[in-house]
Order: sequence, then structure tokens, then C-alpha cells
Amino acid sequence: MEHICAKYGDHIVLQDFSLAVEPGEIVGIVGPSGCGKTTAIRSLCGFLNPEKGKVTINGKTVFSREERVNVPPENRKIGIVFQDYAIWPHMSVYDNVAYPLKKRKVPKDQIPKRVTYALEQAQMTGYEKYMPSQLSGGQQQRVAIARALTSSDDIIVMDEPITNLDAKLREQMLVEIRLMQSRLNTTIIYITHDQEAAMQLCDRIVIMEKDGSICQIGTDEEIIKNPANRFVFSFIGVSNFIPVTRREGKYWVETGKGRVCYRDSKPEGYLDDAENVVMGVRPMDIVFDDKSPVKGTIEQAVFLGSLYNYFVRLGDLELRVQRSTLDALGGKEYEEGQQVGLTFLNEKYYDAKEAAAE
Amino acid sequence: MKKFARKRNSDLEKLEGRRFLNLDRIMTLLCYLILITVVILPVFMIIYYAFWDGSKIDFQMFLNVLLQKENLTAIKNTLIIAVFSTTLATVVGVFFAWLLGRSDIPLKGVMKFLFSIPFMIPPFLAAMAWDMMFSGRGGYVNRWLMNTFNLASAPFNINTVMGIIIIEVVYYFPFVYMQVVSALERMDPTLEESARIAGAKQFYVIRRITLPLTIPAISSGVLLVLITSLSNYGIPAMLGFSQNIFTLPTMIVERMNRAGGSFEGIRQATALSIVLVVVVSLALLLQRKLLTVGRYDIIKGKSMRPALIKLRAAKYPLLIFSLVFLVLVVLAPLVMILLVSFIKAYGLNFAPENFTVANYKRILINNTMVKDSVGNSLFLGFAAGIICLFLGAMLAYVIYKVKPKGRGVLELLAVLPYSLPGTVLAIGCILAWSGAFFGVTLYNTIWIILVAYVARYLTYTLKSSSASLQQVHVSLEEASRACGATHLESLRDITLPLIKPAMISGFFLVFFPAMRELTTSVLLYGPNSRTLGVAIYQLRINGQIAPAAALSVITILLIMICNNVVKRITRDKKGV
Amino acid sequence: MEQIVLEHVTKRFTTKALGTVTAVNDFCLKVNEGECFSFLGPSGCGKTTTLRMIAGFEDLSEGAIYLGGHAVSVKAKNIYLPPEERGLGMVFQAFAVWPHMTIFDNVAFPLQVQKRPAAEIRERVKVALKHCSLDGMEKIYPSDLSGGQQQRIALARAIVVNPKVMLLDEPLSNLDPQLRETMRFEIKKLQKQFGFTIIFVTHDQSEAMALSDRMLVMDMGNVRQIGTPVELYNSPSSRFVHSFLGQSNFTHVDIRDGKVYAKGDHSQQIWAAPQTGGNKEMLMATRPNTIEMGRDEGYSTKVLKRVFRTDFVEYLVPVGDDILRVQTLHRNLFQEGEPCRLKFPSPMWYPAEEDDSDKERARRMII
Repeated sequence: MEHICAKYGDHIVLQDFSLAVEPGEIVGIVGPSGCGKTTAIRSLCGFLNPEKGKVTINGKTVFSREERVNVPPENRKIGIVFQDYAIWPHMSVYDNVAYPLKKRKVPKDQIPKRVTYALEQAQMTGYEKYMPSQLSGGQQQRVAIARALTSSDDIIVMDEPITNLDAKLREQMLVEIRLMQSRLNTTIIYITHDQEAAMQLCDRIVIMEKDGSICQIGTDEEIIKNPANRFVFSFIGVSNFIPVTRREGKYWVETGKGRVCYRDSKPEGYLDDAENVVMGVRPMDIVFDDKSPVKGTIEQAVFLGSLYNYFVRLGDLELRVQRSTLDALGGKEYEEGQQVGLTFLNEKYYDAKEAAAE
Repeated sequence: MKKFARKRNSDLEKLEGRRFLNLDRIMTLLCYLILITVVILPVFMIIYYAFWDGSKIDFQMFLNVLLQKENLTAIKNTLIIAVFSTTLATVVGVFFAWLLGRSDIPLKGVMKFLFSIPFMIPPFLAAMAWDMMFSGRGGYVNRWLMNTFNLASAPFNINTVMGIIIIEVVYYFPFVYMQVVSALERMDPTLEESARIAGAKQFYVIRRITLPLTIPAISSGVLLVLITSLSNYGIPAMLGFSQNIFTLPTMIVERMNRAGGSFEGIRQATALSIVLVVVVSLALLLQRKLLTVGRYDIIKGKSMRPALIKLRAAKYPLLIFSLVFLVLVVLAPLVMILLVSFIKAYGLNFAPENFTVANYKRILINNTMVKDSVGNSLFLGFAAGIICLFLGAMLAYVIYKVKPKGRGVLELLAVLPYSLPGTVLAIGCILAWSGAFFGVTLYNTIWIILVAYVARYLTYTLKSSSASLQQVHVSLEEASRACGATHLESLRDITLPLIKPAMISGFFLVFFPAMRELTTSVLLYGPNSRTLGVAIYQLRINGQIAPAAALSVITILLIMICNNVVKRITRDKKGV
Repeated sequence: MEQIVLEHVTKRFTTKALGTVTAVNDFCLKVNEGECFSFLGPSGCGKTTTLRMIAGFEDLSEGAIYLGGHAVSVKAKNIYLPPEERGLGMVFQAFAVWPHMTIFDNVAFPLQVQKRPAAEIRERVKVALKHCSLDGMEKIYPSDLSGGQQQRIALARAIVVNPKVMLLDEPLSNLDPQLRETMRFEIKKLQKQFGFTIIFVTHDQSEAMALSDRMLVMDMGNVRQIGTPVELYNSPSSRFVHSFLGQSNFTHVDIRDGKVYAKGDHSQQIWAAPQTGGNKEMLMATRPNTIEMGRDEGYSTKVLKRVFRTDFVEYLVPVGDDILRVQTLHRNLFQEGEPCRLKFPSPMWYPAEEDDSDKERARRMII
């Protein structure tokens, strides 16, 4: 069953955005700020009318310029959780959660039962009489989730719901949202600029670029193992980009102060037809290996607890290298000023022209 | 490309608006209609009368009026009084602000309370009280000083330009104090601390860091005093009339009274009004210039109590000086009015046998004028308050949430009467509502006063409503739409309840000034529409000084009671 | 040489709501010249109060502070030097650059106070601005600059007088994460050039660990542990320090006759080495990324859930009654539901009783 299909053509804020969400799925929409992800869900909810395209919910068209259909937001039955909670400060927790039921003309005798159920799901039982100002940020967000639950049975949109919470609480809320979703089997569309959070929570992730186009849709594994392009690669984590060339059948790193051969045979994914090629490699995938012909100097070594972070100078290039503490505990110690050999793993290759266009 | 994107955005907004057009457009049109009626018409009529002699455009009359000797003197007096009282009020206000905001002087609570008193007492009452103490030979304090020290002539004479300046200073310095002290309290203490770390001594820090940073606050206080002083009617009227000292506002009223309804007389008054408006506008322009120069944000950082400067040896002398000063300028006039209100006849000594309650009897019983005035003022206060409350909220909603084209014009129109001196507004109202439009004649009725009050005080409720409305984030309304509420229901269930506290406080921002108003009503009252201010003023002018004092006491009591009620209401609100 | 010495420093506040609160309790510390030392702790733990006492903005209730061998605050002898005479550099969380002065005037202020000749001031301001990558911006007003640049002005203003000691009060908290890392690096570089001693106050453990030579963890006015970042991370002395310094798993274990079992699963030992001290319940604390996950030896269980992260793969793995977070590199991959075996190379052991200091912490947060 196709759930939602929003299409735009020739639009600056959002370019030809198409997405189908399966029922019971958590889909994350991730992108840098200003990429149009909020525009996309505002069109879904009906706060904004797209220039072109069609929005369908549960097989029913709710917006289409061609068909002259535009269902107002109040009739689209979507639960929303906003970044700033948007809990009404003048109503108690109970009234906040009960409001959608009253507006949807649910029989009076059913309201208390459903409010209690929603609060239970959001782990806010016992707070019915509290005013929002008496609650912490995390609790307010739980109330917002409970309200979204009473507002809609099957679709909830969350717009950066945990950005305003502190780091520890964020992790906890992610786990809670996940558990709640698996109990209720609601469809959740989760908007965030934090790709880490999206990966922890979502079944599928949509990565959007600044110009409002979709770069990649896939599971966490697909996105991390096979980023569609250089933007996705650099967006989802710290990256090193190293210019490389092929000469005499071998593969060389261009350090800016000469070149070093790093591989004799053609690496997987190397672009033969591109003029200039860059290699993208994660800090964790650069390994210190004394046998490697590629030699750099450690400029700075910083202990960050879970890992060691190194800045390694390679000609004109400054590379970020990370070692997990587990490796470091068993292995050799590396200090500032020391010369090290570098081996690259899991590297990806991109056309340098594409990079310049960014 | 960015530009393009933004344009697209506004298209989207427009699109979004089209769905709710009905409700929003009705409100927008209503706002325009009301503002044009209460603001544009009076202003237009003043300009019309000043430059239209019935058949052609006429600048000659304007020039003639401007060059008349007594008018020139009035202009000169106005400027002298404004400049000197502003300067002195600023010095005194900044000094006390620093003393209370940054030093370790004791009894801050008591002093803060004393500062709030002048806000409750109408200026003309204060002037009346000072007149009772220091007017030439008749003033009680003067007489006492002459008797005690065997002086041949009165040591002080308050019925001079100098006297007016001094009274304005003691009445206006709390305005400056309030602005500066709140700036000092909001200022991030680390700004000063980092200067100390850099090696600067305490007083060097005040000079180089603290004072320059409070300049925006000081200058807005200065301009507030300057504008109020320029358009003040009560104080120069109370103190200057007897000695033929006129300022522009008092001169305008004088012209109107002398004219007795003649076309030529009214035209002269309008010409003077235009001069006054020009002067005030210049001051406002100056304010805008000054404020844009010093626009920086000093409100940030952790809220930490700033380190207080130890006054050491100067502590108690300064304390005594401040208390004596405050008691003198704030409490003495109140005591004076209270005493006079019980005296058998003004001028008698304060001896036990001379006291009586006859004055109260006289004004409370069998005096329809006083009874009417109490009723009128209460009615005007409530009516103006409630009208302004809803109008202000609607305007705020239209300006900040509906955002129609030309909302800048709406905002300007709503704020314009605030910078119009009360006298000028009153004349505009007279001209507009004496049958000039659609034959509507409100002159001599209480309704013309109400219209004037609404125009004059609308800014207050607009400001309080819009400040609160801007804090109501869009997502709160969107959340309720997503919950199944329509646009109207969202407004009713979410937005209105959220700005209710601001609307209520806006009501009182209108109610109190309306209760004690004199400047506008003195021109607009009719036989059956006297206000409290007018009643006191007339008693005083007619030489019935003791009954005037009695009515003043009643007025002050009334204001204080209302004030207390407000405090209780707002406190209960917070408790919930 | 010891640059900063704190002896039994105690600070008590009296408030109406809470009575007397000991904000800092018996704080003893020696910081060496040229060292970078961090105070780390949750908000309200007393770290900023301590810093403000060193700066001279707060009085001591007890104890003594010495800077470069000079007594600056000694309660017993009633010695107190005002902040302007302590010769410190300080940078605040909210930048505290003066908005009414140009960048040049801001940075020149400390020198103007010392009445240096104009030519010297110009020269030294120029050098300071260059070091903070602000050259050429002398005439700009701070409000036209970004947060990171404003904080650089504050840094330049602090280093322009060559202070021996630099106090940094959460200087990076108001900046966005990427800028934080750059600024961290720049602070370190400045320290190398100018050789001052740094006291760095923060609530961000990664910041403290990345910057400091030594650090301490504070909680509710008390110093919990002092040491190098590696010492504190690898051998935290208490459960609080363990969880504050990074992601932690706390596994409930039962000790029966010297053998260690996960609570709820007595079929296999979770930890091979015998434990003494009788039968009891304890907590085994581990870090998600120092657990070895393999297929051959160790505690046998299976993967419950797998999440891909950019730098590692995270697994939720049940161990007895608890669910552990385990992180491995992408090269070491397991499927959801796949059996796996866990080895714990260097766990820490803590008593299983609940930490009742949480309540006290909540009470303090009201202040």
C-alpha cells in the first residue's frame, strides 16, 4: 500500500520530492538545515501547499493541484511532534492530550480511557493534572508524543523532536520512541539534521541535499556502506578526501609535495574515466601500518575517551585518523611527532569535478 | 537564487493565507476602518483647519500666529522647560538607578516603593500640592519659613518657569530611573567582570564599561521625559496660569477657550498644535537616530547577581540624603494635599481647631458635578480599557500573524496617536466629531472623550498584546490544527487564552491613565461629561482649594485601591 | 613549579529556600606551571564557583588560594586581593566582549588600563589579534561578528597582557560543535606559544579530555577524582565518574562462591577471574567500545538489535537481566539474531546499591 506520495516539479525549496512510506515503518528524513525537509512535511500536513505534485494518505488523495483537492490540516489525521514541543501552556497535561479527541468528536465516555492509554504509552502516567510549566523538557516532549498519539492512530510526524534535549536524554528518548513504535506499529516520519539519531531510530533514511533534492533512500547499512555520492559520504560523518591518480598501472596518493604509490592493483570502485579522482576515507578506516609506503607525521594526538584522535600530516594534506581505545589498549603507542605508515580501508572514489561544484 | 527562493516562500505563504481569507480579511479591514476613523480623521482635520481658510489654502494665518509675541514666548517657555527639566531629571534618575542597581545601599525595597508613587499620581495633582506649599506668600511652607526666620518676603516662588522646571524634574526623574535600572539589572555581569580581570578599578569600569553600555536606556528615558514634558498640560497650567506663564499646550487650550467656537480662534489653536506636533516629531526623530546608533544586545549570559560596589564611608550619608530627598519630593506633596483637604478654609493654619470634614461632605453629598465626575471617569476608564484591549489584540494579531500587505501602515497608524500631544488630539477630535463627517456630533458628550481615549491609549494594549503574541510560536496553533481544530477554533482555544494575561495587563495600562486624565478631557468635557481630573481642576481654578484637595485625596485613594486589586488579581494568576 | 594552590577551600551560601548549602567543600589542588587543568562536572557542582574564587569574584568561607606563590585569598589571615590585581586572563561563556567598543579597543583595554605607550599598545594588540586570526579586523564592532569570532576577541583580550594564568569558564559551550573543535585546537596552540597555565571549566567530558594534561571531576561541591584523562577514563574511582566520562554499561552481577555470574543467568560465568569477599551483588562497569565481540570464546549470547553508525556498528546484546551496548568496527560485523561471544578485558567493579546522591543533586538544581 502506498502511503504518501508527495511530488514537486521544478521547485527551488524542494525538487521533485517523491517518497512512499510503508505502514508501520519509521522513516527518517535527514539533511542539513534549509534543505527543505521541513517544507516537505509541512506539505504533508497541509500547512503549506506545494507548487506541483500530489499527496496521498492511506490511498486517499489529500492534496493535488491537478485534481483541485486540498484537505485542510485538521482533517488529515496526522499526529505531529514539534521541535519546541508546542504543548499548550494554559492547559493541563490531561487537557492537552484530550484536546484532539474532543475536536475529533470522540464520544465523551471514551476520552478518559484513550488519554490514559496515550499517557501510558508515553510513560507519563500520573502527570495528568500537571501544568506544562511544571514539567522538564523531556517530559513535555512525552506529552507532545501522547497528544500526537490521540490525534492520529497511524501516522505521526516528528520534527526534530529531541534537538532541544541534552545528550543523555536524547539517547533515552530514541530508545523509547523505538519501543513505543514497535508496540503500536504506527508509521513514524522523523525529521532531523542529526544523522546519528536517524540511524539509531529509523528503518529507512532519506538523505536530502541543500538544494532540496533527495540523494539517497536506504537502510542504515546501505547508506553507510554505499553512500550514493560524495555529499552523502561527508554528511554522515567525519571524512578525509585525498586526491589520487593512476600512473603506470599503479595507484598514487597526491600529497601536494610529491606522490606515493599506495596500491598496485585497481581498487574497487575506482573511476577510470574521471580526470581527477578523490578518495574518501573515514578516520577509523585509516590504519597505522609501519609496512605501508605512505608515510605521515603525527601532528597531534588527542585522547577522547572512546577513541584516540590523530591529525596526521601527509605532504600538504592533513588527515584525521582515529583508533578505537580497544585497539590502542592492545597495540603500539603513537605519540606526537612520530612518523607512521598509513593504509586505507573501505575507501570510496569520487570525481573531483563533482566536489568542486559543491 | 536565494532571492528567488525567498520569493517562492512568500508565494507559499500567500497560498496558505487564501484558505482562511474570510476570517483574516474581515479582521484586517476592520482594523483599517477603525484606525482611519479614530486616528486619520482628527489629524486630517487639524491640518485642514490650519491651512484652509474656508476658500483657499492659506499659510499667512499660520505665520501670523507663529510670530505673535505671546505665542513666541510660549514656544520659548516650552523649550526652556523641556530642555532643563529633561537634563536635570536625567541626572537625578541615573544617579538613583546606579545607587539602587549597583551599590550596596540599604533599604532598597523602601526606595523602590517610593519611586513607584509618582506613577500613580496625576501630574497636575502633584503640581497642585507643590503650589500649596511654595506659591509665593500663600504657600504653607513659605509662610512657615517666613514666620520662623522672620523673613520679609517669601523665600521660594513656585509660580515661575524655574518652579515648573523643578516640579517636572521631581515628577519625571523616575521615568529615567526605571529605564536605566532595568538595563543595569539585565546587563550581563561578566561584561564588567572581564574589565576587572583586565586590571581596571571599580570606578574606571563604571566610566568605560557600565555607563556607555547603559546609554541606549538613558537616551530612551531622556526622550520619554522630553516628549512628556513638551506635551504636558497639567503642571504648567496649575503653576503658570496665575502668573500668565504659558507653554504651547496651555496656550492651545487658552486659544480654544478664548475662541469660544469662532472659526478664526480654532484655526489659531490648530496652527499652534501643528507647531507642537513638529517639535515633538523632531524629538522622536532624534530618539530614533540615537537608538539606532547604540543598538546592541546587553541581555545575555547566565543570570548571575552582579557584584555590588561597597560604598563604605559614603553609605549612610548617601542613604540619608536619598531618603530625605525621596520623602520630600514624593511624600510631602501627598501629606500636603491630605492636610489641606481637612482644612476649614485654604490659608488657615494647621491647628486642631481649623480641621473639619466639611470639604468631604461638600463634595460627596449634594454635589452632582463630583458624583458625575467619579462615575464618568470610572466609565471612561473601563470602556476605554475594554475597547482598547480587544482592538489592540486584534491589531496585534493582524499585524504579526496575518501579515497583510501594508501592515507597516497599520502599525504606524496605531502608534501615531502616542506621539500626538493630548491637547492636539483633543482638538482634532472636536473638529472631526462636531458634525464634520456624516453629521455625527459627539461634542459635549462623554463619547467624544471615549473616542479620544481609545485613540490615545490604543498603543499601550497593542504593545502588550503583540509582545505576548510574538511569543506564541506558530507551532502551537499548527499543533491544534493537526489535532482537528479549525482555524477559528485554534484562535479561540489556543491563541486567545495564551495572550489573555497580556490583554488583561493591557487593560490596566489603559484604565489607570484614563482615570486620572486631564490634558485631553479639559478640552472635550461638556456640562454632563466632566471627568475627575476636570472636576478637581475646576474646583482649583474657582478658588475652592480645600474641596479640590479633598477630591484629590479621593482620586488618589481610588487609584490606589484599583492598583491593589490589580496586584491581587495578577498574583492569583501566577499562583495557578 | 606550582602556579595555583588551593588549600581546603570551602564556600557556603545561605539561601531562603534551602538554608545553608555548601557549594564547594574542602577543595585542595596544586596546578603546575604550564599545565592545562580541567574542572569537569554537571551543572551546579561548584566548578564555576571555584573558578570565581580563584579569580577573586567570590569570597571564601574557609581556606586559602595562592597564585604564583603569592597569597591572594587567605580566609584565616583576612587576605583578599581584588580581581584586577591578580594578573589573570579570563574568558567567559557569554564572551563578554564590550559591544560599544571596536575590536581594537576591546583588546587594547587591558593595556590602556596599565597606561602603556600608544605605540606599544598598537604593536601588542596587532600581535594578539594575529595569534587569534583576527588581523585586519581592528575597526569592526563585535556585534557584526559570529560567536566564534567574538570568543576569539575575548581570547585576544586575555592574552594581550601575557598572563601567567588563564581561567576559561565554559568558553566553548555557546559555540556550535564543529567550531568547538577548532577553538579547542586554537586554545592549545596559544598555550604552547605563550606558556600560560590553564584552568578550564566545562561540563563536556570530551572537551576536558581532549584539552587537559590533568583534570578533576566534581560533584555536589566535592572533588571526586583527580588524574590524567586516561587514568580517569580507564579507572574511574566511582560509578558517578564512570558514567560521567563516557558511555557506560552497568551489568548487575552475582558473586557466588568466588564465581561471577550475570544476574539472571547463572548458567555461565561472565568473568573468569575469581572474586573474593563472599556472596554479594555488584555492578560490572564496561565501556561499549572496549568489549571484545567474537565468535570463539567468552560469554555466550546473541545480538538483539544492530544499528549502523558512521564510525562503528552498535549492538544491543542481552547479558543476564541487562542489555549491554557493544560497539565494534564495521570490519567486525554480526547479523541481528546471530550468536556471539563477549569478552570484557578491563571492567570496573562498583557496589550495587543505588547512589542516593541523585536526590541531593536534584535538590541543588533548584538553586
